[in-house]
Amino acid sequence: MLGRNGVSRRGFIKFCTASASAMALPAWMGAAMAEQLRNAPRPSVVYLSFQECTGCFESFTRSFSPTIENLMFDVISLDYDDTLMAAAGSAAEAALATAMKDHYGKYVLIVDGSIPTGAGGAYCTAGGRSADMTLRAAAEGAAVILAVGTCAAFGGIPFANPNPTDAWPVSAIVAGKPIINVSGCPPIPEVITGTLLQYVTTGKLPDLDENLRPKAFFGNTIHDRCYRRPFYDEGKFAKSFDDEGARNGWCLYELGCKGPTTYNACATVKWNSGTSFPIESGHGCLGCSEPDFWDKGSFYAAQSGADWNKAGETSPREVLELAGGTATVGAVLGIGAAGVGRHRQHQSELDAAERHAAYKD
Amino acid sequence: MDLLEFARGPALKVSVGIFCLGVVWRIAAVAGLRIRRELSPARTSVLRYVGDGLVAIGSRSWPHPEFIKRTGAGEALGYSYHLGLFTIILLYGPHIALLDSLFGFTWPCLPSSLITGIAVVTLTLFVGVLFRRVTSPVIRMLSNFDDYFTWFITMSVLVTGLATSAHLGARYETLLAIHILSVDALLVWFPFGKLMHAFYIFPSRAINGAILARKGAPS
Repeated sequence: MLGRNGVSRRGFIKFCTASASAMALPAWMGAAMAEQLRNAPRPSVVYLSFQECTGCFESFTRSFSPTIENLMFDVISLDYDDTLMAAAGSAAEAALATAMKDHYGKYVLIVDGSIPTGAGGAYCTAGGRSADMTLRAAAEGAAVILAVGTCAAFGGIPFANPNPTDAWPVSAIVAGKPIINVSGCPPIPEVITGTLLQYVTTGKLPDLDENLRPKAFFGNTIHDRCYRRPFYDEGKFAKSFDDEGARNGWCLYELGCKGPTTYNACATVKWNSGTSFPIESGHGCLGCSEPDFWDKGSFYAAQSGADWNKAGETSPREVLELAGGTATVGAVLGIGAAGVGRHRQHQSELDAAERHAAYKD
Repeated sequence: MDLLEFARGPALKVSVGIFCLGVVWRIAAVAGLRIRRELSPARTSVLRYVGDGLVAIGSRSWPHPEFIKRTGAGEALGYSYHLGLFTIILLYGPHIALLDSLFGFTWPCLPSSLITGIAVVTLTLFVGVLFRRVTSPVIRMLSNFDDYFTWFITMSVLVTGLATSAHLGARYETLLAIHILSVDALLVWFPFGKLMHAFYIFPSRAINGAILARKGAPS
């Protein structure tokens, strides 16, 4: 089949090895993957999009190793995806129902977007069903669920304060099913395809962190692997986006880079076929693969800085107001305490004078 | 709100408020006390004994030649860790970022690896200070809860700071949050414990120096 599709044996092994390497799996996993992919029937994959911007799917389509074409034609059977499929309306709904029925208990469910539950689920419906209903029904027969993107994994921007649609991540709706969170806004293409490939070839869940993300991709911070890290260690920081430090490519920590608290593979796998990643383009990390990243204060405030106002920053004016107010109260208390002290001093002197007079008498 | 947001946000704000309130309270309470009236005539002019008071700030901050063998090591230890602490606080990049966020201005920093080295040395000196406190019978007798707690709280800031910069033991955000919380605790404790010496030490030396100079015993 691979030969018919113009894929040589050598090319196929290279693809498997590259995928294994992207996931930091041992070298022998490349051969094991190739063997598994050659013999196994293509597993059914159902891709559901809910309250999202389609950025995650756009990212998915830009994977270079493996490419989405590799995956769809050789590795998986993408039985439902309303963005990509030619069918629409009742034909598309029928395809979803058939996939869920025929592969019950075996299919991989990919979810993209958060699930709005406000207004009875009316904010996101398809085929007359709310996202909540569709997800619960699809999750029932899924072998595993991949929550792709920060919205599906942690609620993302829809979940951010004030969360007008009462949106939730997949893990808050579905219970009792293995969930793998592939977070990011959007996630790195190779992280989506690599995680999917790892599952379909091994049939096992990858090692996950406490946020249910594959450790192979989310085990280190951006800061740990950042090419600008030596500048952090040297104490060389850009102070603004157009200063000498920025032009010299110094560390963006003081400009609010969230690299030290963001776990993702941006600094190693990178984007656009390994071309670059946001920090390489001169902007600090936004921390988009972390829970509640949208509500964690300003993107431009250093992480060691104060976070006192709604913008997640503070200003000298606020500090002055706080210091002035509290110092005034302190001065009043201090003057009161000094008054009590003076009274005691006076009393003590009177007592001493009395003792002195008594002694003289 | 996660732990880091809490530490940098409300906890820091409240602790800075308590710090300002407490410091002004303590200073006003002491400054408002009446200096005991001296009944004996001044041995020198007002200008002279006020000047001698200012000189005492420097002269009393250095061991007297007669006692240098006995107190020199202790004073060197004290000055060294103070120097270390000030260097770490004022010349470490992330600390400058904090001060910049509070006061709106910034300055160059030292390499992080150099700061880490200074922190390790300061930490060692800090252990030495405690060792001296518990092994010297006189200092041990003069020490109370305030001394040990102030040592502990300053030490905890140093240890958590080192762990944060080296990413040791937990995730960076957790370590950073714990470090900032330890600073918050230090700010709260500052006005009410021995750390208040930062504000009292020089005025008290000047006033004592001036009083003694007035009596004819300049520093």
